[in-house]
Amino acid sequence: MEQLANLAPFVLLLPLCMFLVLGLFGNKMAHKTAGLLGTAVFGVTSVICYYIAINYFFSGNFQNGGTFEAVELFNMEWLRMTDTLCIHIGFLLDPLSAIMLIVISTVSLMVHIYSMGYMKEHDGTYDGGLQRFYAVLSLFSFAMLGLVIATNIFQMYIFWELVGVSSFLLISYYYYKPSAVRAAKKAFIVTRFADMFFLIGILILSYYTGTFDFDKLTLVNEGHVEIVNSTMRDITFCGFPIISIAVFLIFLGGAGKSAMFPLHIWLPDAMEGPTPASALIHAATMVVAGVYLVARLFPVYHFEAPHVLEIIAYIGAFTSIFAAIIACAQTDIKRVLAFSTISQIAYMMVALGVSGYGEAEGLGYTASIWHLFTHAMFKALLFMGAGAIIHAVHSNEMDDMGNLRKRMPITHITFLIACLAIAGIPPFSGFFSKDEILVAALENNKIAFAVEYFVAGLTAFYMFRLYYRIFWFGEPKDGYKHEPHEQSLVMTFPLMFLAGVTVISGICWMFGLLPFTHLISSDFTNYDIHTHWNVALPSIGAGVIGILIATFLFLEKTGRPNKAVSYFKRPYKWAVKKFYIDEVYLYVTNNIIFKRICQPIAWFDRHVIDGFMDLLAWITNKSSEEIKEVQSGYVQQYAWVFIIGVITIVICAI
Amino acid sequence: MDYTNFLFMNHEISLVVVMVLVLLTDLIFGDKNKKLCQYAALGLFLAHTVLGLYLGHISDMGNSSPEVFADMYITSDMHILVKNILNIGTFLVFMFAFRWNTTENKEHSSEFYFLTLSTLLGMYLMVSSGHFLLFYIGLETASIPLATLVAFNKKQKESAEAAAKYVLTAAFSSGVMLFGISMLYVSCNGSLYFNDILEAFDKQPLQIMAFACFIAGIGFKLSLVPFHSWTADTYQGAPTAVTAYLSVISKGAAAFALFCIIGKAFAYAPEVWKNILWWLIVITITIGNLFAIRQTNMKRFMAFSSISQAGYIMLGVAAGSALGMSSLVYYVLIYLFTNLAAFGVISSIENETGKLNRDDYDGLYETNPKLALVMMLAMFSLGGIPPFAGCFSKLFIFISVFEQKEYLLVFIALLNTVISLYYYLLVVKAMFIKDPKNPIATFKSDNMTRVGLIICTICMIVLGFISGLYQYIESISF
Repeated sequence: MEQLANLAPFVLLLPLCMFLVLGLFGNKMAHKTAGLLGTAVFGVTSVICYYIAINYFFSGNFQNGGTFEAVELFNMEWLRMTDTLCIHIGFLLDPLSAIMLIVISTVSLMVHIYSMGYMKEHDGTYDGGLQRFYAVLSLFSFAMLGLVIATNIFQMYIFWELVGVSSFLLISYYYYKPSAVRAAKKAFIVTRFADMFFLIGILILSYYTGTFDFDKLTLVNEGHVEIVNSTMRDITFCGFPIISIAVFLIFLGGAGKSAMFPLHIWLPDAMEGPTPASALIHAATMVVAGVYLVARLFPVYHFEAPHVLEIIAYIGAFTSIFAAIIACAQTDIKRVLAFSTISQIAYMMVALGVSGYGEAEGLGYTASIWHLFTHAMFKALLFMGAGAIIHAVHSNEMDDMGNLRKRMPITHITFLIACLAIAGIPPFSGFFSKDEILVAALENNKIAFAVEYFVAGLTAFYMFRLYYRIFWFGEPKDGYKHEPHEQSLVMTFPLMFLAGVTVISGICWMFGLLPFTHLISSDFTNYDIHTHWNVALPSIGAGVIGILIATFLFLEKTGRPNKAVSYFKRPYKWAVKKFYIDEVYLYVTNNIIFKRICQPIAWFDRHVIDGFMDLLAWITNKSSEEIKEVQSGYVQQYAWVFIIGVITIVICAI
Repeated sequence: MDYTNFLFMNHEISLVVVMVLVLLTDLIFGDKNKKLCQYAALGLFLAHTVLGLYLGHISDMGNSSPEVFADMYITSDMHILVKNILNIGTFLVFMFAFRWNTTENKEHSSEFYFLTLSTLLGMYLMVSSGHFLLFYIGLETASIPLATLVAFNKKQKESAEAAAKYVLTAAFSSGVMLFGISMLYVSCNGSLYFNDILEAFDKQPLQIMAFACFIAGIGFKLSLVPFHSWTADTYQGAPTAVTAYLSVISKGAAAFALFCIIGKAFAYAPEVWKNILWWLIVITITIGNLFAIRQTNMKRFMAFSSISQAGYIMLGVAAGSALGMSSLVYYVLIYLFTNLAAFGVISSIENETGKLNRDDYDGLYETNPKLALVMMLAMFSLGGIPPFAGCFSKLFIFISVFEQKEYLLVFIALLNTVISLYYYLLVVKAMFIKDPKNPIATFKSDNMTRVGLIICTICMIVLGFISGLYQYIESISF
């Protein structure tokens, strides 16, 4: 405990220092040094994270009769607002944050390594802003780690915004490309818009409960979250209980970051950033922050606002099927993966939405975090694989790829493993986590189950469509300009490592070596479960059917895909256009908000407010002109002013 | 007599030792090796500063309200902190003056150090006084050597003019102040101890007049309007290092001394000084700002900016509470680093090119990006733009006044912040946006200046976030 507390600050300090060093002095370093330095220091950070997490889970010091205890490794007061309400910066260690530490440090370290290869051009030179890239990567790691170890919701909010900033910086990494700048702006504005609700939610919640701290906010006692129940019960606003409003607003913040419908529009565009950044931020870590947020406050949702949890389940279910359908029609491989990410995060949300509380009741909770873990690994793998392919063929479009399986064998095999995992084929990890989500949904919410079951098949289909279009299907129309070849070890090592994790964590689960339910559950108490074959077999079936359809259509170049499209002409076009959600947003902002609301306000601003301000400035300037005589340069006059001042004071005071 | 009481004066004693040593080194090595004398002076003062930080926490000495010379000299943890702050500021000024002392002022560098340190000694006494006479002696010890310092560029007419104006006004104001003190002596039963005056002050007209004269005298040091007229001319003519010293150290010491005296001697008559301070603050901030808008010479500009900043510092005095004291000391601390950063940039440019006008700074970012960045940070911090330290210090000082229910005063101060932002941003605009007609060539400033600027920059960025610092100040204020 003592030892962990001494180590804990370094989890944040090392990446922060790296950000400062690379940001300030990066341009004095050679590209390679900056990359190696960033990677090495983050390597140390990951080792510390692993050490803390493994110690927490397996040393036994933090367990009490099968229940994990939450501990604060350090917690210092940062800003005191009132006697009861103050903001701390601290390190909360419980199963949830320990899992997140592992996820973040693993993926981030792999991305650090991978980027050293990915950011290198074919002629051996590095991209000009490599130091900037590593600096922001460090900033992101710092912010994300700070987010998951937050002891209170305000600390979480601070790091939440920092994560948003670093995401913005990474999306706009290629700032000379207008599309990247547009995408960065879009991501920032949409998530900030959502964060506004998050902040309002935080303020409502803390206004009533008088605390920001998670340990107080989630303290469960006799079927109620005590502090919330005692301070906020029976208070309503517009007919809704105030607690439901507060936690729904907080969820909206999470929905923005986690790209839930209808706030999902920024994520596909965010693919303009460098692929390693997409793998880290827009697939594995930042976008699951919303899931983490709901999981963190899960007792509040479950006990005090069950209806909100139900809404979350429905939003999740809708988003997952919506995104999966769009993914079937996209041709940019990173966008396919982006929509797949949205769909999978929605899966996690559904799992939280249908979860109960306590041991086996809370299966959905465990499954959600378990899926978060497995998804982070295989999705990061998919993105990095896609990056390797993009690096080889210089294009994101499926039409420029094909028949790569012989040319890039390692990428091919690892990509296939990830596809099988996401499609839910045993013994890969994705199968087990997805299976538990379906079991939880079947018990609590039949509609969500039906949707998710269908999405499972759909996922298998679009992932294998992607896989076949890249690795089989036949050469692109004009052949390859440069012969694509396998990437160097810096880039393939992370692929192999993550593929290994995907396989091994699945196998461990299958043989009961490391059941996830022993690590995390809704009330941090261990319990045992078994694979439910009555759900598992049909879901494997759905996956296999999806794969078979994809094989039939895309294994080789035939007319079949076009024929299939002709059956679904209208829906296909809608899916290609992403159901015109972007256009709806544009219409609303341009024609309604800008024209009807902003223009009159702008007129008022320009003529009335500006005029008034100009008047004030004119008065200030004029009076400044008027009084300049006082400063004449004559000492005698200064003495006069002085003595008149004294006399005036005396007269006024007496 | 118990001589251990003298240990409470360890700052003063150590400073006197440093001063004597500085003189001695100059006497022995001065003819042959001026550089050695410089390094010796810097090293000695650095040792004094560091020693001051580690020595003498009064609370550790087991005596809660120590006094020396029968209550004439008072000290506490807060006094020590203020002296430490003054030390740090003076050391930074020395760093920025290093180049000037090795070139233009090579002949008289030791005198420069000695005189500056004497004024510092005067400020120590001012801050720690418990009796009006000691306060007066401190004030004079701080003022008179400064006149010499202002005239240090002997060959320049402006410097002499500045010194003449300074010395005349200083004499005038100290006359007014002595007049006030003698009236206090008459009206308060023949005692000048703060504690006695506290009891005897019952708002007789003579006492109020005495208070007005006292305020005028210290208003001169703080350059409060209408006692400010000397400021611009003196700041402009004096060597830049001296200007920096005047604008930061001298002001900080005077502000804290005023707070202590008002708290100790006039605490029972707040209705007298609250009104006076209210009006003084309002016109100081406003007039300082209005003049600052029109200035194009950077040193003159900083003079008026420092007048309006003095008004903000006085807000802490007007609050008059423990919170007021902690926010005042915090404000002075931040202001010190910020203003010295600005002066560091100004002096390094002046040393290199002799240019002092705002127009000369046009396009500075193109040629000297680092200097421009530091200057920008300093301007932002002075204007109170978050997240730099200046924002936090303004916030705390506003809170302290707000707690006294002086809403109108806070509002006026806030309005003035907007005006001040305008002229601070003018400098930033010149450096970053304007096209230069004949830009300042790229140059490297000397190492001392660079180190000083780096320290200031780090403090401007970091200090605001270190909440422990403010909490420490809060814990020792009274």
